[in-house]
Amino acid sequence: MSKFIYRESELEQVAGNGLLHRRLFLTQSAALLGAGGLGLLSARPASAQELPAWMSAPGVGMSEYGERSPFESGVTRHVAAVAGTTGSGASRTPLESLQGTITPSSLHFERHHSGIPEIDPDAHQLLIHGLVERPLIFNMDALHRYPMESRVQFLECSGNSRPNLSAMPPGGSCGDIHGMVSCSEWTGIPLSILLDEAGVAADGRWLLAEGADAAAMTRSVPMAKAMDDALIALYQNGEMLRPANGYPVRLFLPGYEGNISVKWLRRLKVTAEPVMTRDETSKYTDLLPSGQSLLFTFPMGVKSVITSPSAGLTLDGPGLYEITGLAWSGAGKISAVEISADGGQTWAEAALSEPVLSKSVTRFRMAWRREGGPAVLLSRAIDETGAVQPSRNELLAEKGPQVSYHNNSIQAWQISADGGVTNVYV
Amino acid sequence: MSTSNVRRAGCAALALTLLTTAAAQEGPDLGETPSPELIAAWDISVSPDGAGLPAGSGTAVEGAPLYLVNCLVCHGQEGEGLLNDRLVGGHGTIGGPAARKTVGSYWPYATTIFDYVRRAMPYLQPQSLTNDEVYALTAYLLYLNGIINENDAMNSATLPVVDMPNRDNFVLAYPEP
Repeated sequence: MSKFIYRESELEQVAGNGLLHRRLFLTQSAALLGAGGLGLLSARPASAQELPAWMSAPGVGMSEYGERSPFESGVTRHVAAVAGTTGSGASRTPLESLQGTITPSSLHFERHHSGIPEIDPDAHQLLIHGLVERPLIFNMDALHRYPMESRVQFLECSGNSRPNLSAMPPGGSCGDIHGMVSCSEWTGIPLSILLDEAGVAADGRWLLAEGADAAAMTRSVPMAKAMDDALIALYQNGEMLRPANGYPVRLFLPGYEGNISVKWLRRLKVTAEPVMTRDETSKYTDLLPSGQSLLFTFPMGVKSVITSPSAGLTLDGPGLYEITGLAWSGAGKISAVEISADGGQTWAEAALSEPVLSKSVTRFRMAWRREGGPAVLLSRAIDETGAVQPSRNELLAEKGPQVSYHNNSIQAWQISADGGVTNVYV
Repeated sequence: MSTSNVRRAGCAALALTLLTTAAAQEGPDLGETPSPELIAAWDISVSPDGAGLPAGSGTAVEGAPLYLVNCLVCHGQEGEGLLNDRLVGGHGTIGGPAARKTVGSYWPYATTIFDYVRRAMPYLQPQSLTNDEVYALTAYLLYLNGIINENDAMNSATLPVVDMPNRDNFVLAYPEP
């Protein structure tokens, strides 16, 4: 009550500037809705001279776990569950609404095969067995005592950008089409440490990874990758993994297709040959025009996408704009991103925002003076191995019309004279 | 900074990386020894050579009623697909303009059917079927696809040698040939 009186007296002090009625209305709204009610939060000053409501009284209190602004509640993942389920399918990161390179954990894309398990970390263990000198089992407390590394790296589903393989350009936002890529700071134990403790036999060339979800998701991992840069990840963006990203422990294989970074990791079995699980034979294999299928196409190709401007966004009018987006490669660092505003007739190199990290996303930016006529914006990434992102036509010519996974082709956004942005094929 | 300075700094950084990597390999050795019983209970993976297949047996005749109860709602009356993947048919379409990938037309190994059904199906009650039931359902899917006869028993000896029609069309992209 005293707070309410204080606000009223504040209002009176500025009553003379002609904005009294507006403020009175706000104070009444606050009283009716209670402190922190949406009526107060959505209030805007009637003029620049008026003191905003949020400066005329102390703000709300602290909290044990933070929330974003309610004005940002529209920035959400695009959820698409398999029919008859709520937990199988995918949700996509709204790339068009984000900046920088780190995907907020709450907006990291999801791809699950039988829902998200609610795992009690005290009841979860990780088993390493098979072709090893001594099988080992770890509880979570033990894992947390191991030396860890942190890496900012991307995770991309190999089915990402599949909508752009359809005959006609799909609608939807940048995130609807390309939002199965996200980037986090992952912290965990180099897998090689645990494997060395178990002692991998000479013929242990593969490693079966199994999750503790209801699908007991399994993939076979090359031992060379496991010993190179594989991480037993425990943390994402500084806090323990989210349940949707494998809490309390997941495998993370930098640069590889997302499916193989098995979440909710429960078991690692060293084998001589791949187990040929369902998700590495019937799914995640690349069918060729010949009828042959490629097994184990792990690395994600060099790729980029302009996130702004992108489909669904509208440009106000002629003037100076920043074209920006993300580039990444499963082979290493991005060395350059080129931009075209005329559908690919001419190109210029964008600025790469630091840091440029290996198997991570790199933010690129370029100033653009929009004259007001139509334009077609493209981005083309080149990585440190010299690999160049292909055009859609080049990808289809190389892989055939049946291509389904690993679409790393160039995205084209058409800007119309009225500022609307649509997905087009060039 | 001159180029040579950059190179020297790079070498120093590399040397430091090697040192820290070597040091980091020293783990605290906190793994415990799992019992053989635990390993046996957890190890449900089945390889193409049949390693991991349990005792038990089943035929398509036995699998048909199990399919109606456990599978039909998502995969259709005879595996034609409904809420989820089609499991039957599509033979000869792989490599054509409208490939229809099914267990019969596409999957390279029959052992994968057993492995996947046992670990992940039925969707609402995974790992609830007996090994005999999983063998019987595996046999039924192979029978619906015209790959085995309805009275052919599937077990640890017969399943690995089932001739899957699309087997020879799979090529390893890793390791590179």
